[in-house]
Amino acid sequence: MRDVAVVGFAQRQTMEFDGSPNCVELLVPILAELWQQTGWTKDDIGFWCSGSSDYLAGRSFSFVTAIDAIGAVPPVSESHVEMDAAWSLYEGWLKIQTGEADSALVYGFGKSSASPLRRTLALQLDPYTVTPLWPDTVSIAGLQARLGIEHGRWDERAMAEVVARSRTAAADNEYAVLKGATTVEDVLAEPLFADPLRRSDCAPVTDGAAAMIIAAADSPRFRSLSLSTGGAAWITGFEHRIDPIGLGSRDLLRSPSAHVAGVAAGASSVQLAELHAPFSHQEILLRDELGLADDAVVNPSGGALCGNPMFSSGLVRIGEAAKRVWAGEVDRALGHATSGPALQQNLVCVMDASTGRATGGRA
Amino acid sequence: MTQTQALHARMQVDFDYTRSLGPVLSRFMTALTQHQILGGVLSDGRVVVPPLEYDPTTHDQINELVPVASEGVVETWSWVPEPMDGQPLDHPFAFALVRLDGTDAALLHAVDVPSPDDIRSGMRVRARWRPEPQGRITDIVCFEPADRRADGDAAAAASGDDVTVTTTPVRLGYDYAASPEESAFGRGLKEGRILAQACPVCHKVYVPPKGACPVDGVPTDEPHELPDTGIVTTFCIVNVPFLGQKIQPPYVSAYVLLDGADIAFLHLILGCDAADVRMGMRVKAVWKPEDERTYSLENISHFEPTGEPDADFDTYRKHL
Repeated sequence: MRDVAVVGFAQRQTMEFDGSPNCVELLVPILAELWQQTGWTKDDIGFWCSGSSDYLAGRSFSFVTAIDAIGAVPPVSESHVEMDAAWSLYEGWLKIQTGEADSALVYGFGKSSASPLRRTLALQLDPYTVTPLWPDTVSIAGLQARLGIEHGRWDERAMAEVVARSRTAAADNEYAVLKGATTVEDVLAEPLFADPLRRSDCAPVTDGAAAMIIAAADSPRFRSLSLSTGGAAWITGFEHRIDPIGLGSRDLLRSPSAHVAGVAAGASSVQLAELHAPFSHQEILLRDELGLADDAVVNPSGGALCGNPMFSSGLVRIGEAAKRVWAGEVDRALGHATSGPALQQNLVCVMDASTGRATGGRA
Repeated sequence: MTQTQALHARMQVDFDYTRSLGPVLSRFMTALTQHQILGGVLSDGRVVVPPLEYDPTTHDQINELVPVASEGVVETWSWVPEPMDGQPLDHPFAFALVRLDGTDAALLHAVDVPSPDDIRSGMRVRARWRPEPQGRITDIVCFEPADRRADGDAAAAASGDDVTVTTTPVRLGYDYAASPEESAFGRGLKEGRILAQACPVCHKVYVPPKGACPVDGVPTDEPHELPDTGIVTTFCIVNVPFLGQKIQPPYVSAYVLLDGADIAFLHLILGCDAADVRMGMRVKAVWKPEDERTYSLENISHFEPTGEPDADFDTYRKHL
């Protein structure tokens, strides 16, 4: 395996972006930030990969317009996933592992506010027997939340504790769209929004974009990096798994895909985790499935409950975890991304302050 | 980037996904037209509704389908206070996972009860059938409490034909917000002006303007006006009638490169015989009357020949 590090990360999150759904306008300043962080230009990038959705944009091949932002003339090596950009990161990492590229820039963008998001997301369900009923994201999460409450896995107070801690943590996050101190009592005093969920249990509809640069240590170009952010976060574990699509045939109190991905990536030994949990109870479920240590810090950025830009929220979690490693706050951190209904798909990326190998020590 | 407020428009995207059904779902949907629910038998003996097409453990195709009850138990539910477009009921209801008698996995569907106080996990419910079935999952309108008196459960008016295709109508509404650049362009068109933007690095002039130069990936400059004259770089003669066509064929659809621009856009060439249109021909915009203008490129009704001499091929060869 080649040693690969996260060396640049930038993001924007907003409740409502007054601009076109392709979000080119958001990407241009984000990319400029990455060049500033790394000292690189677009000529230093060997592979590009984006994550976005045509259903969100309301038009076909919407990702092509965003390519304007990356300056793709002369033609670049480029790809796209109809997934969160965390999966673009996986594709970029894989491209480097195969030796086809030494560096990758991955980005995700989406204007969630352009259409009723929780309805649009019904299009990711089984198109024969489920989508025709248009079950929305909030309702499906509610089915899972109630199951957990009635089986004693969590209760309303535990869910409210997740919300209160997230909002409080987000106070220091300049990109969070919901932030500031909230007590458990404040949350429990809210009326039910979609029984058993309160509004605060659900991630806010968020527009936004994020981008990240990764690079291989063994490439000549790596030495030309001048990292203004202070360091590199070495990817030492990377895994993604999926559970079956049939909601009724899954045990919604479990997320076997998160568990298996976490074991493979080394989740149990991290000091800090940024979990992509768009609903409060899902953070509790993920924490168990990933086997996080009791003293592991969870979502110091505030997590998805304080800003959940579709198709970049997972990459934001990985970026937020990488920043803690860059800053020397922790030696090992984890970023997690999810996709699909009720935590169907899960991706885990573990990052270290050093490569931890004989060839390492470059960070 | 210009600080213009974005133009907004409501946009509706409609499409009907038509899919052929495989052997398993075809039997499932056909049974629904007879008001009967079939479950798939997995390799470990479990019965699943809707039936899976492949066994999740052995990956073998599922062949055995068995009739199951149209009555069962609510496993979990969530309340829908404001139903959305396309959902099974247009008044508040619950989505639920319902485990039908004789099955081992729950079915996602709606339960029709007046309030969240009228539903609980463990409650028995039964299917309410659509009187005129269509071979779709929505032939089950919803579930209702099993102790409620059935209002004359009409027998299915099935045609007897196998259901082999299913159509899912998709209706999506969007608030389309133009970018600041597109908004400035649209407002200019309403005034009869064509606004372009240039790249500060390579100086290429883009119209319609873009937020970023696709060559250099940097934000483009402030908008500036271009003349409404240019040349035809390439074109095609449309001879084929199609649905929604606004002009009687034959007519010419062409790439028009405005004087001073580096990118051509697609428009119509009228005002001459289609056979007379050629590469390099000079053309000028014909604008709609001011009171008919919107924020669209349709404000230019079409382009027509100016009669000037054609442009040399070398002057536009790099813009093809």
